[in-house]
Amino acid sequence: MTAGARGRALTAVAVAVPVLFLGYFFAYPVIAITVRGLAHGGAGLGGVWDVLSDRGLQRVAWFTVWQATLSTALTVAIGLPAAWVFARFSFPGKRLLSAITLVPFVLPTLVVATAFLGLVGPRGILGFDMTGTIWIILAAHVFYNLSIVIRGVGSFWARIDPRLAEASRTLGASTWRTFRSVELPLLRPIIASTAALVFLFSFTSFGVVVILGDLNHSTIEVEIWRQAMSFLRLDVASTLAVLQIVGVSALLFLYGRFERRTSVPFHHRLSAAPKPRGARQVAVVTAIVVGTFTLAIGPLVVLAVRSFANPRGGFGLENYRSLATLPEQSGAFVSAPLAIGNSLRFAVIAVVVASLIGLLAALAIQRSSRRVSGGFNLFVMLPLGTSAVTIGFGFLVALYWPIDLRGTVVLIPIAHALVGIPFVVRTINPTLASVRGDLRDAAATLGASPWRTFLTIDLRLVSRSLLVGAAFAFAISMGEFGATTFIVRPNSPTIPIAIFRFLGRPGAEPFGAALALSAVLMAVTAIVVAAIDATDRGQERRI
Amino acid sequence: MTSRLARLILALLVPLTLLTACGGESAPDEIVLLTHDSFALSDGTLDAFTEQTGITVTVQTAGDAGSMVNQAILTKDNPIADVIYGIDNTFLSRAVDEGLFVPHTAAAIRSVAEGLRVDGDPVTPIDFGDVCVNYDIEALAVAGIDAPSSLRDLTDPQYRGMVVVEDPAVSSPGLAFLMATIATFGEDGDYPWSQYWADLFANDVAVASDWSDAYLVQFTRAGGDRPIVVSYASSPPAEVLFGELDAAPTAAVADGCFRQVEYAGVVAGRPHTDAAAQLVDFLLSTPVQEDIPLNMFVYPANTEAALPEVFATYTVFPPAPITIDPDVIQANRERWINEWVAIARA
Repeated sequence: MTAGARGRALTAVAVAVPVLFLGYFFAYPVIAITVRGLAHGGAGLGGVWDVLSDRGLQRVAWFTVWQATLSTALTVAIGLPAAWVFARFSFPGKRLLSAITLVPFVLPTLVVATAFLGLVGPRGILGFDMTGTIWIILAAHVFYNLSIVIRGVGSFWARIDPRLAEASRTLGASTWRTFRSVELPLLRPIIASTAALVFLFSFTSFGVVVILGDLNHSTIEVEIWRQAMSFLRLDVASTLAVLQIVGVSALLFLYGRFERRTSVPFHHRLSAAPKPRGARQVAVVTAIVVGTFTLAIGPLVVLAVRSFANPRGGFGLENYRSLATLPEQSGAFVSAPLAIGNSLRFAVIAVVVASLIGLLAALAIQRSSRRVSGGFNLFVMLPLGTSAVTIGFGFLVALYWPIDLRGTVVLIPIAHALVGIPFVVRTINPTLASVRGDLRDAAATLGASPWRTFLTIDLRLVSRSLLVGAAFAFAISMGEFGATTFIVRPNSPTIPIAIFRFLGRPGAEPFGAALALSAVLMAVTAIVVAAIDATDRGQERRI
Repeated sequence: MTSRLARLILALLVPLTLLTACGGESAPDEIVLLTHDSFALSDGTLDAFTEQTGITVTVQTAGDAGSMVNQAILTKDNPIADVIYGIDNTFLSRAVDEGLFVPHTAAAIRSVAEGLRVDGDPVTPIDFGDVCVNYDIEALAVAGIDAPSSLRDLTDPQYRGMVVVEDPAVSSPGLAFLMATIATFGEDGDYPWSQYWADLFANDVAVASDWSDAYLVQFTRAGGDRPIVVSYASSPPAEVLFGELDAAPTAAVADGCFRQVEYAGVVAGRPHTDAAAQLVDFLLSTPVQEDIPLNMFVYPANTEAALPEVFATYTVFPPAPITIDPDVIQANRERWINEWVAIARA
């Protein structure tokens, strides 16, 4: 085989595997459920028109778009300074903080809601009441999504040669000016990439809107759920689901056009981040770290403290003990070790699948023509913009062919991987795009096969981004609830499912146990993410 | 390098394929029970069925009750289960109309409590529960306020800002409570349910997203600021049991309780309908019926089953629980909820 043929073969594999995977586990179920749902009402296109012209639903669609836009803008604005600090400075506790930023991601909404109400509720310790306002929804979205910007942008930023900025400052430019004219142009693709993820998460927000919002605020996702579950109106639900996917595609398409124009190849250089120097720098870094983490960690601290509050007053380990004792009283309680084991097992498979498929998809996007790569980029993102109800029901109506996978646990990590893949692709893509072509040419000139070039140049350069994406895929799997409830078996619950079951019981003990298990989930997630981060330490190379 | 990566990929994919293969298998002497995620029985209860019949029961949960009904309807051409258990009276009519079930008259049907059985036995009643207004005894005593004794009381200014209910558009007890008010006050007349709700909102009622939000966050027992909450008649005994207490800290109001009945049915379109019917009979048999209350906090449908002591002591048995014909619920549910939302937003 010639080098050219092998290159094409590599590209073909990179295109085919993700297409087959997403085609079978995403597109096929979603199309099947949509067709079934639309047929169900018997109204056909007239029904679609009824939905489109419904004033209430128009209001919901509009609210969905603007709250997602605002949530994204706020998240990026608050996350960027923290990303800068993480990329450019070292300070005590940095690794721990970095791992903890991912924790909110995995927490069940009701548990987060109780923590939020403890901070900004009617009797919140911060002293102001945000309930009933749009602000509590936005604050919760920022809280949940901040890590996407901090970790995504931060890891990329760290690769930009700091000497570029130093040179600019030596030439007399201010820090702000340097950021705007030197670093921002290089960062733009990763900012755009992470912002798209934040946008999709906020766009399809369910728990936050239902629990923290009020009756006047509803998203398309909530409406899909309401129509399907409360009214059994699958035709309306399907129409809304199609609308959601079309809307998300349109927004991503516009976005992609903007994003593609901004990528600038540059030298990657990883250098040890220095401690902040001088009183002013120390003050700025401290202010950003403290400011960001009051928001990002405040609710977590409230939760952790509450998990030690004994049901009958005082502090201690009673909640943790009841994790072990409650199962004896009722079969509804699931053993915590079992749930932790299941969650970890599913998460490992989900991470492997998402990394593999995501890496190949990113490669395919990089290597195909503009038109194809644009479409592919969009396709890969769609699972994130699709309702969990749609995916869950879709699995059910479609995946009995060619073999009946319905009701098998293997679908759990696959559902998790579907949501993890966009993260892997989005974190890898900007890095792959910034790899200068002459490096690959040089490798080829020196006789390296396309495979070899890929392994020695591309893969090595994206390893850090891949780890960032893998950490996200892990957290997503640990925290996923919506699609899992459709597939899970009572004897193989995940941690969020177990927490949910505790929350379905009256009395202080089950609630205490739910808090304790949430704290365990936080700890397990932080530890594994820290471990994933640590594997990166030995990989720092210059190219 | 290349082969190492290939080996790695292979090593990762092989277990996946194996997993898939294992999951797909199903033994002929096994039947699947589809239920909602509140399902629970003591360990070993279902094993008794296997000992009696040699058939293993695989339990498959499907989210909440609404999700379960949807799943059953969507898969009716390729059913995923032999028996469905946990379908309630708010969704029953739709499920029966879709032809999901093979009618089956259970062996113990004569022992079923009055008013639970459905004409033609398309499904078998297994358990029931009452959605009632609950209150925090101590919190009301501290405030020096008498406990409410009727739904109408809740609009009294002395209960202003004290009541939390669940959103009927997304929550099953919320819908049950809405239907209790509709049955109590009627759709027309001098004081229709719409006026009652307008008065409730004027009295600063809080609407929680679901039962957990209402009972575990906003209720005073949980540290919230609302001493009156819509919950179940079985919540007081649950408080005693989970709190290891000697007296119930909460009580249920006997007026205006809505009765939710849960049914089990033999699924049409599956090969083992006889075995499925046996499982339905088993669910209505005394050992299972006596195991149900402490696991799911509902009452057994079979009157021959004895109630656990904690239930007998701390539960309120509403003298006139509210029921609405499943067909009437099916025909009006969406309109009622939409009208309620309009009142709530006004």
